[in-house]
Amino acid sequence: METELFLAGTEDHDLRRISEYREVGGYAALEKARALTPQQVLDEITGATLRGRGGAGFPMGRKASLLAKDTGKPIYLVVNADESEPGAFKDRDVMGLTPHRLLEGCLITAHGIESTAVFIYIRGEYEHEFEVLRDALEEVLAADLLGGVSIVVHRGAGAYICGEETALLESLEGNRGQPRPRPPFPPVNGLYGAPTQINNVSTIALVPKIVELGAEAFSKIGAPSAPGTAVFSLSGCIARPGNYERPLGTTLRELIYDVGGGVADGRELKAIIPGGSSVPVLTPDQVDTPMDYDSIGAAGSFFGSAALIVIDERVCMVQLALRAAQFYMHESCGRCTPCRVGTRWLVQLLQKIEEGEGEERDLDLLESVCDRMLGKSLCALGDFAVYPVSSYLRKYRSDFEAHLGGAGCPFHESPIEGIVAPVSQHSGHPEVAHV
Amino acid sequence: MATTPFYNRVQKLRSRYPERRSAVLPALQLAQEEHGGWLPPEALREVADALDETPGYVLSIASFYDMLNLEPVGRHLVEVCTNLSCALAGAQAVLDAFAGELGVEPGGTAEDGLATLRAIECAGGCGRAPVVVVDGVYREPVHPEDVPEIVGELRGD
Repeated sequence: METELFLAGTEDHDLRRISEYREVGGYAALEKARALTPQQVLDEITGATLRGRGGAGFPMGRKASLLAKDTGKPIYLVVNADESEPGAFKDRDVMGLTPHRLLEGCLITAHGIESTAVFIYIRGEYEHEFEVLRDALEEVLAADLLGGVSIVVHRGAGAYICGEETALLESLEGNRGQPRPRPPFPPVNGLYGAPTQINNVSTIALVPKIVELGAEAFSKIGAPSAPGTAVFSLSGCIARPGNYERPLGTTLRELIYDVGGGVADGRELKAIIPGGSSVPVLTPDQVDTPMDYDSIGAAGSFFGSAALIVIDERVCMVQLALRAAQFYMHESCGRCTPCRVGTRWLVQLLQKIEEGEGEERDLDLLESVCDRMLGKSLCALGDFAVYPVSSYLRKYRSDFEAHLGGAGCPFHESPIEGIVAPVSQHSGHPEVAHV
Repeated sequence: MATTPFYNRVQKLRSRYPERRSAVLPALQLAQEEHGGWLPPEALREVADALDETPGYVLSIASFYDMLNLEPVGRHLVEVCTNLSCALAGAQAVLDAFAGELGVEPGGTAEDGLATLRAIECAGGCGRAPVVVVDGVYREPVHPEDVPEIVGELRGD
């Protein structure tokens, strides 16, 4: 039996119902936490080395320690449920299958940071999960468990950028979802200018288990540098795609072959995108890398949202780069010039190469555009647009070179050839139409 | 100002937040529902009036988000994810099948107004790709051979 923290009990219980959640020990951790002082609750979270499951892996306890004290303003807890990273669908199951675990985590965290106002910002497309969460919240209200805390579930309306924490705050305040310059950081100046703790759904949903098991027992699960489990989202060219909960530190090989059944249709593995479309690609010789923040970082990529996209031998890396670049072009909020303009240049150059009109110097230009974008924008989206393009170009340069000098795309079996991206619906420029 | 049922519902939304402007997005979502799936100029004015904002401000918000429509849509909305994982699973063939069955290019609305067809970015269903979202409800996975039946369902509504 695999260690389950997020999904424990889902196999034989409908954990959307509070009665069944209580059967597996639900809300006992809340009772236990409320008998502790706020500082004791935070000490448990800090002692467990709970690292953020949203992407950056920042320790939740340390984040809470940065909250400004005695400002005379309320302290807010904001849950980032705007999961939109291509390849990621873990939070969708965490909310859809175990909404009470998230709500219990919210209430325990609120006690720990002495907040009475919680906002859950859920992406607009997750209508079903929104309804599940809303119904669960009504049960919590009826069971009189809120203890003076208000929880508002706020729906987004289709914007990847709102997963970026300061863009999320702007959107929640009723503004356009454009990132803020930092500092000040949200723990000092967040929602409505007040100290704000922001965590991902999957981070908060682990909090009840930490209180239940205790920091010491929790920190023995998974990788020592990053205890606990993650819900890994497997997709792409893989035999058994889906969400699977495993300890951090499980290797890519175990995830792809043992858990996911290997590359679909017995094809050869060509590339692994370990953390969602925004992270640098890994090559098959890196398949024994453990999936935890530090190991994946040492391998030159990011843990991201634990979203593995498996790429098989048929796939053209130029097409893949182009489709990823189109996404980031579509989702750039337009505030910073390197991101707004750079994403368009990436798309135009990749389009040119894919169509066989590129020359060697276009590859150099592509590299140069990547260099000029990296680290130049207010938020990470400008970097996210670069990582796929620059890493595919560096590690699969022969794919790019095979397109040059009028040759065009030699990957006739590539399953994504000709894919239409939303940018082609919105753009007035036919030259940035589709792959 | 006369209070309409819409105005009153927006006041209720507004009361959930410490600051009124936070209710702009929920109010726009409500207005879109009440106006047949899009936001005509009068819908923007109603939202602005209910929240003491200007229609210009409300438009600046509405234009930022993909799920808010500033042009009329068909009676149904068919959205096909074409991001990486869905693309790898054959999303283009699904999009083509809908285009053929509905007689409309992606981004357009069928002449009889039955449906608007769109390619969309990652919907978060990568493990059950290709994902199609019909009127907000996820269908996963959808293959080209499933398309005539789905369009038939829409016609039968």
